[in-house]
Amino acid sequence: MPLHKNSGRIALLAAMALAAITACERAPRDQTVTVYSSRSHYGAESVFVAFTRATGIKVEFFEGNNNEVLERLKSEGERTSADMLLTVDAGNLWNAAEQGLLQPVESKVLTANIPAHLRDPGNQWFAIATRVRTIMYNPKRVDPSELSTYEALGDPKWKGRLCLRPSSAIYNQSLLASLIAIHGEEATERIVRGWVANDPIYINGDTQILEAMAAGRCDVGITNHYYLARLLAKDSTLSVAPFWADQGGAGVHVNISGGGVTRHAKNRAAAIQLLEYLTTPEAQGLLASSSFEYPANPAVKPHPLLARFGSFKAQSVGVAAAGAHQAEAVRLADRANYR
Amino acid sequence: MLLAAIVAAPVIAIAVAAMEPRWEVWRHLFETRLASLAWNTARLLVGVALGAGVLGVLLGWLIAVHSFPGRGFFEWALVLPLAIPAYVYGFVMIAFFDFTGPVQTWMRATAGPGAGLPDIRSYWGVVLTMSLVFYPYVYLLTRSAFAERGIVLVEAAKSLGQSPRTAFWRLALPLARPALASGLALALMETLADVGTVSAFSYDTFSTTVYRVWFGMLDRTAASQIALVLILFAAALVATERFARRRAAHTVSDARRTRRIEVSRGKRWLSTGVCAAVLGVAFVLPATMLVIWTARSVRAGTVASSYPSLVGNTLMIAVAAAVITVGAAVLLAYTARRLRSRRLRALTAVALLGYAIPGSVVAVGVLLVLSFADRIAGAALGSPPAFLITSSVVALLFAYTVRFVAAAYYPVQAGLARISPAMDESARALGATPRRILREVHAPMLRGSLVAASILVVVEVLKELPATMLIRPFGFQTLAVEVWERTNDAMWIEAAPPSLAIVVLGALLVGWLTRTGARQRALP
Repeated sequence: MPLHKNSGRIALLAAMALAAITACERAPRDQTVTVYSSRSHYGAESVFVAFTRATGIKVEFFEGNNNEVLERLKSEGERTSADMLLTVDAGNLWNAAEQGLLQPVESKVLTANIPAHLRDPGNQWFAIATRVRTIMYNPKRVDPSELSTYEALGDPKWKGRLCLRPSSAIYNQSLLASLIAIHGEEATERIVRGWVANDPIYINGDTQILEAMAAGRCDVGITNHYYLARLLAKDSTLSVAPFWADQGGAGVHVNISGGGVTRHAKNRAAAIQLLEYLTTPEAQGLLASSSFEYPANPAVKPHPLLARFGSFKAQSVGVAAAGAHQAEAVRLADRANYR
Repeated sequence: MLLAAIVAAPVIAIAVAAMEPRWEVWRHLFETRLASLAWNTARLLVGVALGAGVLGVLLGWLIAVHSFPGRGFFEWALVLPLAIPAYVYGFVMIAFFDFTGPVQTWMRATAGPGAGLPDIRSYWGVVLTMSLVFYPYVYLLTRSAFAERGIVLVEAAKSLGQSPRTAFWRLALPLARPALASGLALALMETLADVGTVSAFSYDTFSTTVYRVWFGMLDRTAASQIALVLILFAAALVATERFARRRAAHTVSDARRTRRIEVSRGKRWLSTGVCAAVLGVAFVLPATMLVIWTARSVRAGTVASSYPSLVGNTLMIAVAAAVITVGAAVLLAYTARRLRSRRLRALTAVALLGYAIPGSVVAVGVLLVLSFADRIAGAALGSPPAFLITSSVVALLFAYTVRFVAAAYYPVQAGLARISPAMDESARALGATPRRILREVHAPMLRGSLVAASILVVVEVLKELPATMLIRPFGFQTLAVEVWERTNDAMWIEAAPPSLAIVVLGALLVGWLTRTGARQRALP
């Protein structure tokens, strides 16, 4: 072995590196809630700081994207250190519950603060905020009277003028799933085929779609509302406006970010306490002002910037439907050739 | 043998997990997007092979046998794009050349609203991006091949009345075939495994479909089967590489590298221009964008205070991974050289495939193997030892080894190939013990290759994201993870500082590697 002379030293070095890394794994666990989160905490830190100040319970985060957090939770099983799962999109929460990663929580506070259609029928997860996925348009080039439903974006007049995220984006999978729950599979496939026939410009990012629209690359598109709110907060002259879709029919698609207590939570009580706190008016106000989502607690007013978006009629199907139809939605997108 | 089996185990585990038939998913794919996926993946591979191959060979030939202004600088600087994660480069390319980017905005402002470029989010955009970020593999390997015998060949051709161009096409290029094949194999395996870059361009391949079926259709078995298709593609690459190598003569020529071809002044500056253009687009542009964004981020006060510990964590795990991975690669290469066991060779080939599999799939394979080992250990000891799974650092290092052993194996193999069996024989004839041969003949000749292999692995680990995300220890943060957390909400300005840190660290290492390599002429 060419490394013979050094191999002992190198092994020692590697062992030291290992020891140093493993050392930071062991943090004291008492009075700490461990949250696996796929919801970026940047900007939302204030609400967790406020929780710690109010209760003395520390909050530790482990972050990853939705899929990775779920896979990790699954592979850790009962050894997991997670007490709470915090994620975006009802589809993800539904999957977590479906795979037995969460546990039911009976809490008067939660059921009082969060309306029934924004939580799991089995009380395994609860919304902490809502987001609206709707039609966006450039008011310099489109009159709002030209817009009506998601389906109407398949009208030939939008050929080459439509920006879409690919169907790999979970937000679109949930939108399609909710449309399946409302209109059935066949009608939803027709809607998607209409979009695809208009040769949409595929851009994999809501913010990028809005920027492209403002610059004139396309005239209409579908994004979540808070991406627009964030851009408008930086530049109020941005030439993009929201249009609430399907107001004459089933209502606009609403999704959630939310959380639940993990099945193998070590600090169940503290996790429930955190979840309850997140739905209180105080916490909802902090959350809403940092992320531009709509509060899940109907008693709390949204951020003033959202007031100018106006009010809307939301889909009445519970957000849980998104999860139940997700796999169908993906197949439907494949069939309709929606990239 | 055992080592090869351990490194190959996760790949095999994926194959085993994929055994349950999922005809229904395949039928669905066959009826919908399978044809376009196969076409997309195949033409991406062809495009990147041509793009990275032409760039790498052209630059390697220019640098190895020509003299022109700036040659010494470009010799190492042209390797720098290796330091840039492909997903970061993809984003920079989109931000720069997209409709809303500075180039097209400027074109519209000067030449009217109709002016513009073809859409960067297209086949050509992906091929361009990946060729520019992966060409250094080809460049590194072919350059040393040309440097070893290029000038001799040109002179031989001249004495026969042939031009340098003929020498290149008829002699140098065919002789550099093994180096070209290894370089392309590395570049194309990276292309196969990539998920981040192609999704930024909304370009679907087999690797994005693994995710689509896994998380969209919630079918991990079918996803593993699609990952198997990727593994088959990679196996074809490895087989091609072996085939190209098989009839290669591995002699070391003793060319003095100070002599180079003198060409006309115009051609000299043309060479400089070509090198500068490639370096400009592939490295200076993304680095500059990152510096500008970092400056904005600093001004906005969004830079995290934890950078020293982030950099420390990242470097520590990268160095540990490099030591283990290179150690494994050396053992594998040595046993392959000594023993001519067919079974071992097959196992080694499987172990190398990890380089072509997306990090998250490797991670799942690793978790499958570890939980299996855990259960066995639990059954043997009568109690469930929580060691293997909970100490995820072990799992993480294991995953890095599986994923990157090929990156270390190829340089080591190339280094070993330069030690001809005749050398061993003459040393033995002179009475040297095997240990002494290792220490005094092999070690000095291999040192360069080992340094190269280690640095390649360190740079790969710096950039690695998906496997790290899935199995890192609780609270363990690396620079790449930090980049991801910031880009999660499209906060690209905020993601610039950690991206820049990865690029700077990688560039320092790559620069150091190539400069010492150039001095010792010990590169693969």
